[in-house]
Amino acid sequence: MIPASFDYEVAESAEHAVSLLADHGDEAKLLAGGHSLIPMMRFRLAAPTVLVDVGRLDDLRYINSANGTISIGALTRHSELEHSALLAESCPMLASVAALVGDPAVRHRGTLGGTLAHSDPASDLPAAVLALGATIVARGPGGDREIAATDFFTGYFESALADDEMIVEVRVAASAGGWNYQKFNRRAQDWAIVGVAVAEGGAGVSLVNMGATPLRASAVEAAVAAGASAGDAAAVAADGLQPPTDLNADADYRRHLARVFTQRALKAAGVA
Amino acid sequence: MTMTDDPATHMGSHRLRREDPALLTGEAQFIDDMSLHGEIWVGIVRSTEAHATILGVDGRAALEIDGVTEVLSGADLAPLWGEGALPCAWPVTDDMRDPAHLPVATSVAKYVGDAVAVVLADSRYAAADGAAAVSVDYDPLPAVVDIEAAVAEGAPLVHEDLGTNESYTWPLIPDPKAVDAAFAGAAHVVSERYVQQRLIPAPMEPRGVIAAPGVANGELTLYSATQIPHILKVMTAVTLDIPEHKIRVVAPSVGGGFGCKLNVYAEEILCCALAMDRGVPVRWTEGRSEAATATIQGRGQVQHIELAADADGKVQAVRVKLLADMGAYLQLVTPGVPLLGAFLYHGCYDVAHYSFECTSVFTNKTPTDAYRGAGRPEATYAVERAMDSLAVAVGVTPEEIRSRNFIAADAFPYESCAELTFDSGDYQAVLDKAVAMADLESVRAEQAQRRADGSNRQIGVGLSSYVEMCGLAPSRVLASLNYGAGGWEAATVRVLPTAKVQVITGSTPHGQGHETSWSMIVADKLGIDPDDVDVLHSDTAISPTGLDTYGSRSLSVGGTAVFMATDKVLDKARLIAAHQLEANEDDLEYFDGAFQVKGTPTAAVPFAAIAFAAFTAHDLPDGMEPNLEAHVTYDPPNFTFPNGTHIAVVEVDTETGNVDIVDYVAVDDCGNQVNPMIVEGQVHGGVLQGAAQALYEDAVYNEDGQIVTVNLGDYLVPSAAEAPVYRVASHVTPSPTNPMGVKGIGEAGTIAATPAVINAVVDALRPTGVTDVTMPASPQTVWRAINEAQGGAS
Amino acid sequence: MESVKFAVNGTERSLEVEPRTLLVHALRDELRLTGTNIGCDSSSCGACTVLVDGQSAKSCTMFAVQADGADITTIEGVADADGKMHPMQQAFHEHHALQCGYCTPGMVMAAISLVEEYPELDDHSVRHGLEGNLCRCTGYQNIVNAVLAVAGSGSATPIRPYQSGQGE
Repeated sequence: MIPASFDYEVAESAEHAVSLLADHGDEAKLLAGGHSLIPMMRFRLAAPTVLVDVGRLDDLRYINSANGTISIGALTRHSELEHSALLAESCPMLASVAALVGDPAVRHRGTLGGTLAHSDPASDLPAAVLALGATIVARGPGGDREIAATDFFTGYFESALADDEMIVEVRVAASAGGWNYQKFNRRAQDWAIVGVAVAEGGAGVSLVNMGATPLRASAVEAAVAAGASAGDAAAVAADGLQPPTDLNADADYRRHLARVFTQRALKAAGVA
Repeated sequence: MTMTDDPATHMGSHRLRREDPALLTGEAQFIDDMSLHGEIWVGIVRSTEAHATILGVDGRAALEIDGVTEVLSGADLAPLWGEGALPCAWPVTDDMRDPAHLPVATSVAKYVGDAVAVVLADSRYAAADGAAAVSVDYDPLPAVVDIEAAVAEGAPLVHEDLGTNESYTWPLIPDPKAVDAAFAGAAHVVSERYVQQRLIPAPMEPRGVIAAPGVANGELTLYSATQIPHILKVMTAVTLDIPEHKIRVVAPSVGGGFGCKLNVYAEEILCCALAMDRGVPVRWTEGRSEAATATIQGRGQVQHIELAADADGKVQAVRVKLLADMGAYLQLVTPGVPLLGAFLYHGCYDVAHYSFECTSVFTNKTPTDAYRGAGRPEATYAVERAMDSLAVAVGVTPEEIRSRNFIAADAFPYESCAELTFDSGDYQAVLDKAVAMADLESVRAEQAQRRADGSNRQIGVGLSSYVEMCGLAPSRVLASLNYGAGGWEAATVRVLPTAKVQVITGSTPHGQGHETSWSMIVADKLGIDPDDVDVLHSDTAISPTGLDTYGSRSLSVGGTAVFMATDKVLDKARLIAAHQLEANEDDLEYFDGAFQVKGTPTAAVPFAAIAFAAFTAHDLPDGMEPNLEAHVTYDPPNFTFPNGTHIAVVEVDTETGNVDIVDYVAVDDCGNQVNPMIVEGQVHGGVLQGAAQALYEDAVYNEDGQIVTVNLGDYLVPSAAEAPVYRVASHVTPSPTNPMGVKGIGEAGTIAATPAVINAVVDALRPTGVTDVTMPASPQTVWRAINEAQGGAS
Repeated sequence: MESVKFAVNGTERSLEVEPRTLLVHALRDELRLTGTNIGCDSSSCGACTVLVDGQSAKSCTMFAVQADGADITTIEGVADADGKMHPMQQAFHEHHALQCGYCTPGMVMAAISLVEEYPELDDHSVRHGLEGNLCRCTGYQNIVNAVLAVAGSGSATPIRPYQSGQGE
């Protein structure tokens, strides 16, 4: 299918992108890798009148490490996370989760900033960033601000970003604890029916596709902190959640899957 | 045909395909790759309602769009086709109800996707914009979605004027009393209900059409991504009242069909009608989401099957009642699809008494029609699932229950209870080979261990022994089934002056490798290199006579025509050689590309010399026509009956319901094989399509008749990551029906795989009390089946 | 309309396109490079896979304007100058890894990129590496074997991005 028409602007810098967003208001959308936005535009589920292309901002493609903090430029592509020696050493979960996003062609184009800004509750990397307790740096007309990942995902495909802000960087602490990511789907290329990310030996646990946003599984984290077994901690994984119903899973089955895969992820991450 | 070790013999060898280079380099031309000067684009506005009165079509917004030239409602277009409606060529009963089916609906839309208006535009993008901008005013009517609901008292009617949702009822009950008696006296009665979900065929190439008029002479060339250019030509002529000799149909490279391009579609008739009316080329390319409702779907049946068996599990009678979903209209062979399975519900088993009855039903959904296997996968699924239930009832293994019931190898030709004559086979040998390859002893030991351990990864073994009727078909048999055409195939073998050969075939390949296989047949018979044989097809101007490719018929019917035409060429060549050698033709033998006098190798005439002599015609026998060319139209005397046993081994995660196929063994008897490489490829792809019905694919409609699985993100065509590794072997019993002894392999994998996989899933879950899993056996479905069997909350 | 310049199979091309023009339509309809096919509208099937700066990309999920300045390789550009097929094309031929051939250009491009990106490939990783490319004919086994043959032979000769500005 064919997207509706739009005007196209190329951002020369993040500041330029932000000013273009400010000029065009909520009619405008940022275009990075386009792998979330373009499919929606092809089905005309999204029809922005202006696209601001930030895909050429190569200065926002980097993975650095300093003082125990890893800084990742927002335009860094999934495949770059996947193959990063630095991440393999200092934050292997992020590299491994990136390797499970879509398929190789998607990973060559999709960006970390783009997938976070899109805030799809079924996406892998938002959940990983949540479990890792990352900080998201947003740039707006007034400069940069830091947003904790736990505060970032505010609703169904909604984030804490203002209309005139863009993500420029994601920061995560170097992570040495046990970790695991469980992604359950029917075809390898598909979104997770349910996913579970466990970081830092169970100190950070998050859930994919179990609600309107990627979710931090606080009750599980608390149970692990209190010394619960993987099975006991996982038993509370779906408590109070209202997961969606779709072709692949209804809410009850999703709650069940969340418990099963939380237990498997915790065990794989070293929780007894 | 003989399969020898002679290196000069190509048949039976893994010869690489000549089709590949053009496809691998992007040179091959598919329909959307073409472009004609002055062409206009069609965008189709499709009903968003399953059943609604069309109150109005408003094209004003569309006409504001740059590039959009016209917006036409069904009423605007009606004069273009006059009385003509889309054809159904298979009125299976004399009283079958076949509602008029216009290419674009005029007053009532009857399914989501029904064409209700058309936009003409000067570009692909403008056509899409225009179609999106047309607004249609609907007054919704009650929709009937479920086939069992469709036949319930008081159901809404798809076609109010018919007064019923039933299209026809077709029985095949040779001896009703004998069936009743068998059931009355049975030690075991198995009674099962199965649902064949609807499937979206999804060849990787969507459909496309370009209709190009020849204005000066009233001619029309129709380019279409079709399996059936020949049938399409006839039907276009009849539907639009265009003289048939003015129509040329060309199928360019076609990116798969699987039955869904075996049709005469609204868009083909629409583009032809517009092209003739406007005098310019008119084109349309289907989008993938559009294909979900604009192209026919497969399957769609509720099956009731009963087996009556004696105490040993020997089946005495089979009784079947089907409800078959036609969708909103009858497409080309929609009503005939259940009949293609109607004769095979006793499977490959020696059963005395048979009762089959199909009632076909209209619903407010996309029409169904042929999809890989067409009727035979459904039949095989029912009987193979029921045989496993019988095995449980009798207390024997699935392979034992099959062995006790197989038609014996010495019983061929075998007159079946459904009044067919099976050609050849050794079903027990095939099963034995499959069981050995699968090493069932070890697999069952592992299964027992895991059951004892209470593992959450349970193993299951599923067998499926099938027989199918292929080689469609003896024309007289088709007549008895009320089919609107014959079942023959045509071939011409033309020897050029330089001894290169052109084969013109009425078969229409779309991935099967006919060019390679046909060249091997001809080359072997003529003793020449296959590269010296060109194979022409798929253009009615080049290949005017044919009945095209479907139903695993190409090799056994079309290939046989090629084989026989080559024989005729040789017969004539022999006369020329005898004339030149001044020998009696009976004293000649054809060896290594030359005729020689038996026992006198020095007296020989090479084929090339005969070819040139036929061309110059300087010295031919008295009365002989020049040139060396023969045409054969072959009408098969019987169907062919490929058969086999497939075994699936699955691992089920009982915590999540996830199913993995961990081993897959296929042993098939498709008769002699011209190119075993191509045979294996057909088995691989067929198996995955069958396994996909078992585990992944489902055309899901909601209760309002809205289709939910519109694109390939939601309709789960499996990828390499989901596909199993196939271990494939064959057991050959040549078919006596045709001179090459071939049977057909195009549909075998799809027929066999679905019940093999589901039988394996049920076998894995047997300790949990599960006796059936509905298709597709998605993780959620399997998990819920386990819960329900164990009486737990679901 | 926007001006776009990119190198396609080593030749600089300039186009005027609507911003919404998908790269695949620019290649097929404007440049008449019709080897790259379209099989879906949801970025699911991979029939439209090309190489952008040496890496596989679904050309239905890129606007042509995003490719401005890029090096693009399509199926028409992988055989060598004499027309000898790329080892991946040859392996597909020799392993009967295609039937109808419609998914094949995209599958070959994805496979070339895969072998380049992942030096260590086995059956499992090839299958997952091609999970975004759907084939309805082959059941994949022969495709996997073809890719493994190339991966194991060292004859992959990855497609490097053509040098920008070549021919200028």
